[in-house]
Amino acid sequence: MVPTIQLKNSELATPLRPSQQIQWQRWVYRAKRWTFLAFAHTFCLSVAAACLFPLVWMVSSSLKTQTTIFTDMSLWVSHPHWNNYYLAWTRGHFGQFFFNSLLYTLCVVVGVILISSLAAYAFSRLKFPGRNVLFILLISTMMIPIPGSFIALYVLLVKLHLVNTRLGYILPQINGGLALGIFLLKTFFDKLPQDLEDAARIDGCNKFQVYLNVALPLAKPALAVLVVFNALAVWNEYLLAMLVLSDQALMPLQRGLMVFQGAHLTQYPLLMAGIAISIVPIVTLYFLMQRYIVAGITAGALKM
Amino acid sequence: MTWSRFKDYFTTYLFIIPAFLLFCVFSLYPFLKVFQLSVFEWDGIARSMQFVWLNNFRTGLFYDASWWVSMRNAGVITLLAMTLQNGLALMLAMIVDREIRAKNFYRVVFYLPPVLSGIVVGLVWNWIFDGSHGLLNHALTTLGLAKWTHAWLAEPSTALVSVAVIHMWKGFGWGFVILLAGLQAIPRELNEAAHVDGANEWQIFRKITFPLMLPVFFLVSILTVLGTMQIYDIIAATTNGGPGYHTEVPITRILAAMVGSSRFGYACSLGVLFGVILLAISMVQLRISKWSQRFS
Repeated sequence: MVPTIQLKNSELATPLRPSQQIQWQRWVYRAKRWTFLAFAHTFCLSVAAACLFPLVWMVSSSLKTQTTIFTDMSLWVSHPHWNNYYLAWTRGHFGQFFFNSLLYTLCVVVGVILISSLAAYAFSRLKFPGRNVLFILLISTMMIPIPGSFIALYVLLVKLHLVNTRLGYILPQINGGLALGIFLLKTFFDKLPQDLEDAARIDGCNKFQVYLNVALPLAKPALAVLVVFNALAVWNEYLLAMLVLSDQALMPLQRGLMVFQGAHLTQYPLLMAGIAISIVPIVTLYFLMQRYIVAGITAGALKM
Repeated sequence: MTWSRFKDYFTTYLFIIPAFLLFCVFSLYPFLKVFQLSVFEWDGIARSMQFVWLNNFRTGLFYDASWWVSMRNAGVITLLAMTLQNGLALMLAMIVDREIRAKNFYRVVFYLPPVLSGIVVGLVWNWIFDGSHGLLNHALTTLGLAKWTHAWLAEPSTALVSVAVIHMWKGFGWGFVILLAGLQAIPRELNEAAHVDGANEWQIFRKITFPLMLPVFFLVSILTVLGTMQIYDIIAATTNGGPGYHTEVPITRILAAMVGSSRFGYACSLGVLFGVILLAISMVQLRISKWSQRFS
């Protein structure tokens, strides 16, 4: 006797074969994925456009003339006036500001790297009384916000006759970069294996030689982060430059931009050319080293 | 202590001394000096200072309306940054965290505004928001919305929000990078396991992403508050506090007391007051952060 097969209710209405069912699920999955991707890219691209647009517009405005700039709103300039850049560089003194900024950035970055790596190496590898107390003291400036301290700093610089000098602008900024530098480099040195340094010591290197020849070259990734971070901070600094520097020959770009804007309120093409000049080095540095910037923000922020 | 031991310590201290000296002169001394100056009346030049007990603090707390207006303005910008800016940053981070193309392109572009200086950003936006030949008004007129045009940074009703928009434009990429790093630190297996168990997107966010990201959220919120309350460069390049007191922020008030009216003692007391307020807000946020992490 043939056994009768009991069909379930769901199986009566033309069920899909297994392969068809998988096909259908695949379609659903793909449709979902495509809608998500379409939405995601539209959203992200529009935000990206909003990020880039003011910059593109600034560059295109810097190539227009005083007469066309308010009427011609197009992004593409058919007759670019490259002369604006020459005028901004010479008559607008942006050449001078540019070299000042370059000098300050170089000095501060070298100073921070040297001083903080020395201290970080000692905190990480060498034993001496008061190590922890000193470390916490030096790091504490990173944690406590003291918004008024620039007043006292200014008073101090007046007392030391450092107001309106290059040194008076450089030294406080070196100090400003130390806390992060010592912190990052100490955590980096802590993770390095000690064998190499021991070997160097057995070969007759003293403490300073071990630091210079072994530890420092190994710390290159962390040093790169510090270089980028401090270069950005110094290049973009404004408040201290405003307080300390009043001589136009000493001013960095940010201060120079404000002075130029104050003196030539309506010379928009030249101002835009000055802004473009001021962001070229920093944007180049950013594109070249953006890997380290991301590493630096996350290291600085997430480990705090 | 033996001689060799002494020599050893001495050479080690040579490593620390440059950092320590700079720290003492340019961090520790100003820090203590601010507290000292805050109880004196001093014009910054005269040899004599007048000891006025806590009068400076009393003035700042009870009689200086412009100070509290500036706190309120910074508070409004901070509130907008906390919600809109960080909301946008989180949304973008969660999208880019998925498997999509051009991840790195987005990351590079979004972090471009934070790389620029506040002065540059302020000056460029200054012109976008300009009343007579600004780009925004031009665009609105072209679209036939001429009645919506404003002198965005010069009118009391729009100035503060315009400044906040500039600040958020400059700042969201920073939150995005930190939040993205936090999201990428969450092990993929957790999400996959939840998927296999049949959880939907909302449940995964609620039960996995949110609890694991809580410390990062608090970190971002603390740094947003500290950074936004101390906003200065953008203000300096756009409105400089005006019109009236409508975009004054604490730092501009401190500078006004110091440079404008040569009251160094009063400026220092405002600085101390501001520092204490910021510290208190951060402490409360940290406490909430510790407390909320017990539940997850």
